[in-house]
Amino acid sequence: MSDAVVVKNLSHSFHGHQVLQDITFRVEKGETFGLLGPSGAGKTTLIRILTGQLRQEAGTAEIFGRDAKSPEGRKRGQIGAMMDSFGLYERLSVYDNLAFYADIYHISRAVIPDILKSIGLYEGRRTAASKLSKGMKNRLSLARALMGSAKLLFLDEPTAGLDPATTKEIHAVLAKEKEKGTTVFLTTHNMLEAEKLCDHIALLHNGSIMEYGAPADIRKKYDHQNRLCVTLKGGERVMLEKGSASAQRMKEYLEKDMVETVHSTEPTLETVFIELAGKGLE
Amino acid sequence: MRNLIAIFRKQCKDTLKNKTIFIQFVMFPVLTLVMSSAIKIEGMPENFFVNLFATMYTGMAPLTAMASILSEEKEKNTLRVLLLSDVKPWEYLLGTGIQIWTMCMLGSSVICIAGSYTPRTSFAFMGIMAAGISLSILVGAAIGALSRNQMMAASISIPLMMIFSFMPMLSYFNTTIAKAAKFVYTEQISILLAHVGSWRPEPESIGILAANMLAAAALFSIAYRNSRLTAG
Repeated sequence: MSDAVVVKNLSHSFHGHQVLQDITFRVEKGETFGLLGPSGAGKTTLIRILTGQLRQEAGTAEIFGRDAKSPEGRKRGQIGAMMDSFGLYERLSVYDNLAFYADIYHISRAVIPDILKSIGLYEGRRTAASKLSKGMKNRLSLARALMGSAKLLFLDEPTAGLDPATTKEIHAVLAKEKEKGTTVFLTTHNMLEAEKLCDHIALLHNGSIMEYGAPADIRKKYDHQNRLCVTLKGGERVMLEKGSASAQRMKEYLEKDMVETVHSTEPTLETVFIELAGKGLE
Repeated sequence: MRNLIAIFRKQCKDTLKNKTIFIQFVMFPVLTLVMSSAIKIEGMPENFFVNLFATMYTGMAPLTAMASILSEEKEKNTLRVLLLSDVKPWEYLLGTGIQIWTMCMLGSSVICIAGSYTPRTSFAFMGIMAAGISLSILVGAAIGALSRNQMMAASISIPLMMIFSFMPMLSYFNTTIAKAAKFVYTEQISILLAHVGSWRPEPESIGILAANMLAAAALFSIAYRNSRLTAG
């Protein structure tokens, strides 16, 4: 059994409004999976179902082969979560927030300084959580999710509204988790983040998955032009068909040192999403 | 058990930094000490301020503290995150309830000191307070479980707390109120405290307290099932 998450024909509605419709996908152990969609697409609802906070109306959701709602699916050390709201104890210090969860996860408090150093919060360890900036709260929330050495991490919009430097730090932490073999399930509406971090993605729109696969495969699939755009040193742009027919011309350009840049006409994920949904992600 | 201890410790730290809750725990014990030593009026019943403030303390501090803490955890999503960490709802409620009970019993012991009781009557006093505090915690937990946020919890707990705290005092002055107050647990706590020296509890008082306890347990049970706590 190599799947961390298996979702089959899952549907859910709130007060008659269909939020998720016939969702099916799987996440392999050790991979980073991205659920992409605009606000209101149903991403948070799906995370709430997978973390056992909500019971779906139809279909199945399994975590490591167990029903997501069952206590076995939520055993200590199995899952860690960073939700859309931070869920921090505002009056307690950064250190005390983590110390409480160290006690809950039954791990030594001695690990806290290292964790705080790794997310750049060691200097502010005595600061009350209420006095932290959004980026710092985000990092503390991520540190708490990482503390239990969970096999599966659910991260709901882990970098939403953060500055590029903090986003980069969080990406580095997630890359380390991947190296350790942790399965990461993240939601985002940042296409670049998805391309950089995810092995597989699912594009969610109006509660349905419109596309699923590796980011590169999806882009390739929607590359209707299938060409290379070559910008020559004089500024001239030449479109070449991908294939052996263009090889000779490309060789000539290279031999004459005429090439400034070469780009594929593959669409970005944003373009794919717009093509499928008729609107962007933001 | 480790989760209970962790929740208890966290709650102790948080209480010290939460002025609204902390004041509730210390206000009546301090008031009792000050009033008992400062005001001596001829003909005033023995331990008048002790009984009065102990009763008010029982109906006020544990109820509002439990309702406020639980609703705040729900409102700020800290409870949602905690329940994802394999903490059972009952562990959270018990850990928090024990912490509030302990704080209130510490406050009660200060009130008891102001009463200058003998060791035997002190024991009886603390026993009566323990029962009243436990009952108020159950009512507070029911309110907290049903409330989506602190505002909603306060809108229910404050009127209830006023009724439980002030009814025994008002029943001194009005017989009609006294007839209705008889069925409220804080009135029975007040009666038991007034006779704590003789320590011959009326079966009626014990019966009404037991009935109140059952009603509070039933209310809490319904609230717990209807809340999202069990659903995680």
